[in-house]
Amino acid sequence: MLSINTLCKSFVTPEGGSALIVDVCAFTLAAGEQAALRGESGSGKTTFLHLIAGILAADSGRVEIDGVNMTALGEARRDRLRAEKIGYIFQTFNLLQGFTVLENVVLGMSFGRIGADRGRARELLARVGLGHRLDHYPRQLSTGQQQRVAVARALANRPKLVLADEPTGNLDRKHAREALALIRETCRESGSALLLVSHDEEVLAQFPGALDFAAINRPPVAAATGGAA
Amino acid sequence: MTLPLIVYRSLRQHALSTLVTAASIALACGLLLTVWMVRVQTQSAFVDTTTAFDAVLGARGSKLQLVLNAIFNLEASPGNVSAADYQAIKRHPAVKTAIPIAVGDNYFGWRIVGTVPELFTGVQYARGKSYALVSGGRLFDPEKREAVVGAFVARRLALKVGDTFKPYHGLAFNPNEQHDDVYTVVGLLAPTNTPADRVIWIPIEGVQTMAGHDPAAATQVSAVLVQFRAPAAGMMLDVKYNRQGDRLTLAYPVGSIIADLFSKIGWLDQVLAIVAYLVALVAGASVLASIYASMNARRRDIAILRSLGARRCTVFGAVIAEAAVIGTLGAVAGLAVYVGLFGGVAGVIRAQTGVALDVVHWHPVVVLCPLGMIALGALGGVVPAWKAYRTPVAENLAPSS
Repeated sequence: MLSINTLCKSFVTPEGGSALIVDVCAFTLAAGEQAALRGESGSGKTTFLHLIAGILAADSGRVEIDGVNMTALGEARRDRLRAEKIGYIFQTFNLLQGFTVLENVVLGMSFGRIGADRGRARELLARVGLGHRLDHYPRQLSTGQQQRVAVARALANRPKLVLADEPTGNLDRKHAREALALIRETCRESGSALLLVSHDEEVLAQFPGALDFAAINRPPVAAATGGAA
Repeated sequence: MTLPLIVYRSLRQHALSTLVTAASIALACGLLLTVWMVRVQTQSAFVDTTTAFDAVLGARGSKLQLVLNAIFNLEASPGNVSAADYQAIKRHPAVKTAIPIAVGDNYFGWRIVGTVPELFTGVQYARGKSYALVSGGRLFDPEKREAVVGAFVARRLALKVGDTFKPYHGLAFNPNEQHDDVYTVVGLLAPTNTPADRVIWIPIEGVQTMAGHDPAAATQVSAVLVQFRAPAAGMMLDVKYNRQGDRLTLAYPVGSIIADLFSKIGWLDQVLAIVAYLVALVAGASVLASIYASMNARRRDIAILRSLGARRCTVFGAVIAEAAVIGTLGAVAGLAVYVGLFGGVAGVIRAQTGVALDVVHWHPVVVLCPLGMIALGALGGVVPAWKAYRTPVAENLAPSS
């Protein structure tokens, strides 16, 4: 489902130099597989996920999603691929504050081939326990509820791959456990692969095969494989 | 479905700036339409008004003053025409119609004009349009102190058939200069949307022999409205009165004299048009400024949309569409502003000249101006749209780990 080879990304430093942030030799994730990466803040996990999602263009290397080489695509086609095959859950949820809960989820499927399907959006929101808050705005929800909207939105386009970047980082322990369980369960139900990055050991403990991001990101010594859930 | 939703939500999120910007476009649209339509309609209305007569014969002086006084019932008469001169032009073989008028009195500031019944029975006030009386009325008897009241005056003074009044001396109302003669209203003119609506018409002898008027001028007229049998007659009489004579002025052709007037005040049109264009420019800039100013606040939303798979051209299009919608709102509101402004201006023009302007008069500018405003709005959105297009996604999806 996800295959990464010699993926590199560097950024220009304020001093004008170049800093290599991501240098992943190999990483794979099978369809429906759930894996977690452990990494501290600033370790390049988000950049790694952005490269997989096609939000950032890699300097070199190859990211293959569902048989499509993302890195060979132009930006517009990367956007299309992301819209159709990838769901993204952010630590800060990144909900659109001016849109209702229902509209946020609808937008999650609007840019891909599936198109806006309000019925599916309602179903998903009901699935995450927000069927009664469709017309509320994100600011009217608790933090845990906002995260659930983000989960529903990430799954709205029936993604092959769900990327979760510190998805419980803004939640307390109780809500973090609930959110994680919800993410894993909904991914499992929809057959989506899940790649989660976190520095929270309690979260990582739910993934017995969780890898250190530092182990796959420089030095590129050997191919690493996502741990099965 | 997606683009309208994004545009709608963005407009709602920035409702205040949307309203203010749309209002500035509405003002520009309304001003432009009003300036344009008033110019077009006043010119055509004044030209239409002059089509009834080919020329005006009056005392030596300004042709424009003669036309304004005799046809538009504005300004003072430059002097009188003797009975002999009136009879001479009336009997001239090249003259088809010669209608005398006499001015010099008013009723509460509304001009009283003495004339002959033939003005209402033998002349069309515009092509294909003849004077008509409101039912229940009749034309004045030239031998009696009777009056026919123009539609606008009748409405303003609430005059009706059977009412009586005493004229005041002079063209300006002075309560101390009321004549003793009592006139009876015998008819009300149906609206003509011409200066005739602003006049109280009485027999010409009434003005000539009004108590207190100069007895020596009892047979003189203020001017003679003339229709020629053929255009060549105008040129012939132009030479006779204006080049060979030195007592009288023949204002001919009336249409070109009015056209000269409009060309003389054309600068005013240009100033108004420039002001309107500047307002439109400012309105377009306000679209740019209001959306551009909110771009910092929107960057995160744009990045989120992009992370969901929206392409650069989608966010570019959303901003352009938003600007165009603001332009559309402004254009629609601009039509309402136009109706209000035009109504006010038309009311003033009607009260001052009797010429009625029609707010629903068709002219391509009624469509082109609002479309231009929509285009201007969309154009104002190009710079912010370009900024949205270039918004870096990853940088605005904070925080990163």
